[in-house]
Amino acid sequence: MSALIKNPFNHDLPAADTPLVNVQLDGQWVKVPKGLNVIEVAKRFGKFIPHYCYHPKLSIAGNCRMCLFEMGVPKLDAQRKPVLDEKGMPVISWLPRPQIACATQATEGMAIKTSSALTTDCQEGVTEFLLINHPLDCPICDQAGECRLQEYSYDFGKGRSRFVEQKVKKPKRVELGPRIMLDDERCILCSRCIRFAREIAKQDVIGFVNRGSYSTLTVYPDRPFDSNYSLNTVDICPVGALTSKDFRFQMRVWFLRETKSICTSCATGCNVIIGSRENVVYRLTPRVNEEVNSHWMCDQGRLNFHYIHSKKRVVEPASHLNGSLFPLEWNEAVRTVAQRLKEFSPRQIAFLVSARLSCEELYLVKKLIELLGKGEEIFSEVVPRKGVADSLLRSEDLNPNTLGTVCLGIGKRGEKLAELQEKIRTKEIKCLFAIHENPEECGIPEDLLSSLSFYVWQGLIPGSAIHTAHILLAGASFAEKSGTMINVAGRLQKLHKAILCPGRAREDWRILRDLLLVAGYKDKFFEEIAQVYTEMSKEIEAFGGISWIDIGDQGIDLSQKFKV
Amino acid sequence: MSFKPEYRLILKYADEPGYTVDIDCYLRHGGYQVLKKALTLDPAFIVQEVKKSGLRGRGGAGFPTGVKWGFINHEKNTKPVYLLCNADESEPGTFKDRQIIYKDPHQLIEGMIISAYANRAHLGYIYIRGEFAKGAKILEQALAEARERNFLGKNILGSGYDLEIYVFRGAGAYICGEETGLIESLEGKRAYPRIKPPYFPAVLGLYMCPTIVNNVETLCHVKHIVDMGGEAFAKIGTPNNTGTRIWCVSGDVNRPGYYEYPCGAITFGELIYEVCGGIRNGNKLKAVIPGGSSAKVLRADIKYKIPRKKADGSTEIVEMGLEDIPLDFDTVAATGSMSGSGGIIVMDDTRDMVECLRNIAEFYAHESCGQCTPCREGSLWMKKILDRICRGNGRKEDSKLLLDVANHIAGRTICAFGEACSWPVQSFVELFEEEFVAKAKKEDSMEILEPVEG
Repeated sequence: MSALIKNPFNHDLPAADTPLVNVQLDGQWVKVPKGLNVIEVAKRFGKFIPHYCYHPKLSIAGNCRMCLFEMGVPKLDAQRKPVLDEKGMPVISWLPRPQIACATQATEGMAIKTSSALTTDCQEGVTEFLLINHPLDCPICDQAGECRLQEYSYDFGKGRSRFVEQKVKKPKRVELGPRIMLDDERCILCSRCIRFAREIAKQDVIGFVNRGSYSTLTVYPDRPFDSNYSLNTVDICPVGALTSKDFRFQMRVWFLRETKSICTSCATGCNVIIGSRENVVYRLTPRVNEEVNSHWMCDQGRLNFHYIHSKKRVVEPASHLNGSLFPLEWNEAVRTVAQRLKEFSPRQIAFLVSARLSCEELYLVKKLIELLGKGEEIFSEVVPRKGVADSLLRSEDLNPNTLGTVCLGIGKRGEKLAELQEKIRTKEIKCLFAIHENPEECGIPEDLLSSLSFYVWQGLIPGSAIHTAHILLAGASFAEKSGTMINVAGRLQKLHKAILCPGRAREDWRILRDLLLVAGYKDKFFEEIAQVYTEMSKEIEAFGGISWIDIGDQGIDLSQKFKV
Repeated sequence: MSFKPEYRLILKYADEPGYTVDIDCYLRHGGYQVLKKALTLDPAFIVQEVKKSGLRGRGGAGFPTGVKWGFINHEKNTKPVYLLCNADESEPGTFKDRQIIYKDPHQLIEGMIISAYANRAHLGYIYIRGEFAKGAKILEQALAEARERNFLGKNILGSGYDLEIYVFRGAGAYICGEETGLIESLEGKRAYPRIKPPYFPAVLGLYMCPTIVNNVETLCHVKHIVDMGGEAFAKIGTPNNTGTRIWCVSGDVNRPGYYEYPCGAITFGELIYEVCGGIRNGNKLKAVIPGGSSAKVLRADIKYKIPRKKADGSTEIVEMGLEDIPLDFDTVAATGSMSGSGGIIVMDDTRDMVECLRNIAEFYAHESCGQCTPCREGSLWMKKILDRICRGNGRKEDSKLLLDVANHIAGRTICAFGEACSWPVQSFVELFEEEFVAKAKKEDSMEILEPVEG
């Protein structure tokens, strides 16, 4: 596995050369990698051992005791050799004390009971203990629907409390950091967040204070947990103790429609789930991909979706006339753009293309350039975005599909931006088509833009010089479209459409396809994005004929097919 | 005076008039002579002598010391080895280690140096309970004196062996006396016990290096083992229960205090009636907690079935009253309890056992470190139930509930604190159920209580 993030622990992923041992799981002998912990052993064979504190990517704490199970070891004879049964397998000697599955590793001849009387008694006991001081506020708890305590209470709870004493009261609404709120009453002290802060986020500022039942999770004085990864603790909190300030009380999780996609805030391309309802995105949460982001994502990427619902967004095609904006019908807008583009010689046209577009969109841009250029070179460039890489998941490149532009041969990673400016100044370029980029933000001043004979802007939120554009085409955000992107490591991954475009905005590939058609492209009519991809994968060598289906949810490595 | 004279090995000089804690006094009494002898011996030989002696740890668990030392594979080990002296002594009813530290600190230091030499450790710590401020000062002074005389430091007595020992004061929590909790605390972290396996201190101890953790009394014994030889030491006491033990007696006796006897040399009856001068105010013996408050209580008016080995090797079951039970590891364990830390708490027939248990439960609820669920939640729950019973709001179901809660803690926690808080509850409720039932029958309840589901 080669995740971009280096987890200090990978309990679920033993090394490929780990030898196998025989383990008896609920009466059946199975072969598992030596040293694999019992929770993972059970998981591999469809069994389930409940747990709170165990997380495959964090150190073992062993403190929730929910994963207690009945364990057996090979019975030994007088020579301390295993006694074998008629089938040649070890006879099991069951231990009287339960063991914790998270910290117990598979060894030769070990036996596991995931549902014996002792195991069940342990699970019921721990559930009862956890509930005695826990407020039963599922109806108002923000974690309802994603709470292990709620789930296990149903599975292992008595349905009635034997606890008639006063509950221990703990603080409510404690700020752990700028993005995290803690409700101490609900904390079951699993320490996942503490271990995450220490081991993954490398900001060791969370800990427990006080003893016994009065133990409380807290953040060190004047040391807020403000890591760019802090919101991962909300994901891994098994109960409703840690909540995201951004998401809490916004939506019940079971109302959310979950769409698998990728984060487009930088070139890492973390795998995400877009949680949406009624055409509104409410949250992004990481989706496990051991080749990219493992279980995590940064807060910056996670919260970078609110612009989708910005009031400043262009939601219908329009044209500027005498300083005023007039809505257009799509066919009229497309026809106008296509006709005007054809009025210019290829050397007078420039495409300012975003590396935030999908590969399919870039492919259609490429087709449009080829169609308009007819062998002559049309100027194209992309806008680079540089940030500061961390040693975790943030890439220096803040464009999610820079490698897509490289594969499709569009632009020179921003090298020609100065040239573009100069060519507009010298009137060499008279027509500019900016797709999901605001030219004024990449150094082309307003006066130059207003000097253009034709300026088409396609995108979401226009910049300050938008009044200089002749035609505005309302595009789609990452959550409103499907397609593929290639991340910084050369991994081809899929975006999936989670919500519809607002107003009369359209998916960019459809706008580009229509422009191509009106401009005279006769080769192919694309009805679905997958068709665009298929055509592209046949034509562009880097995609190596990989089918749309083959990309799957986890993406596919293309780094060998071109130099990353 | 006591009926049976004490056999004082460790406390030989401790209470002698004029015996002080300074090194000159210790040297006048033959101090550090055994160290000189030990430094001429092969470390492995000393480990063998300790194994031969049959010495069992005096901290509570009674684990064989030589076996513990043998867990370090010196041939393969490439990391430093540490020796830690557990002077946290926080088990209620136990005050023996404090006596050694306050009255004869150099004996402990000499025992530690020999033990460190045997285990090839070059750094040792005395982890002392924070509240024992005076003890810490005494030890620091004693260590400075020992260093000045080259019993510590570089090239000890010209032997080529280097050792430093430091005093580390804990912040005061029961769990700091648990060996892995102690190690965590020493590393500067919160004293949470570690999961075993893999964190057996002899393999992964202080700073993830092999570490030996021994009790104060245990380390003192090492000096005497090297002095007299393992076999001679093993002749003191009874087989598998060798050497002397310091018993600290508290509760309803006329002469509470600490007494040193060979293991198994006296019975509870002899200790209580003869050594300690009998039960206070002429009352009757009701119960005894034999090894610190976490040990299961023993009832005076019942017979215990103790397995005994006969001369031919077979085992017979002997019925014994509490007063006839000899004070050794194995016989006390056979009653279902343990001799633990040697802290014997005597209770007479005026004692309300529910109140006694409530007192113990309050301590354990307060001291639970809170790391793992059953102990964290269960210990306070048991205390709350007992509080309620003592307030007169008990229910007939409460004893069953108490037992059930305790049963869901014992054996299911990271460290032995689970047993420490649940064993008293299990034993008090099982042995004195009639008192719990009687107390729960009071009908002056002002609290609205739900019945327990059957």
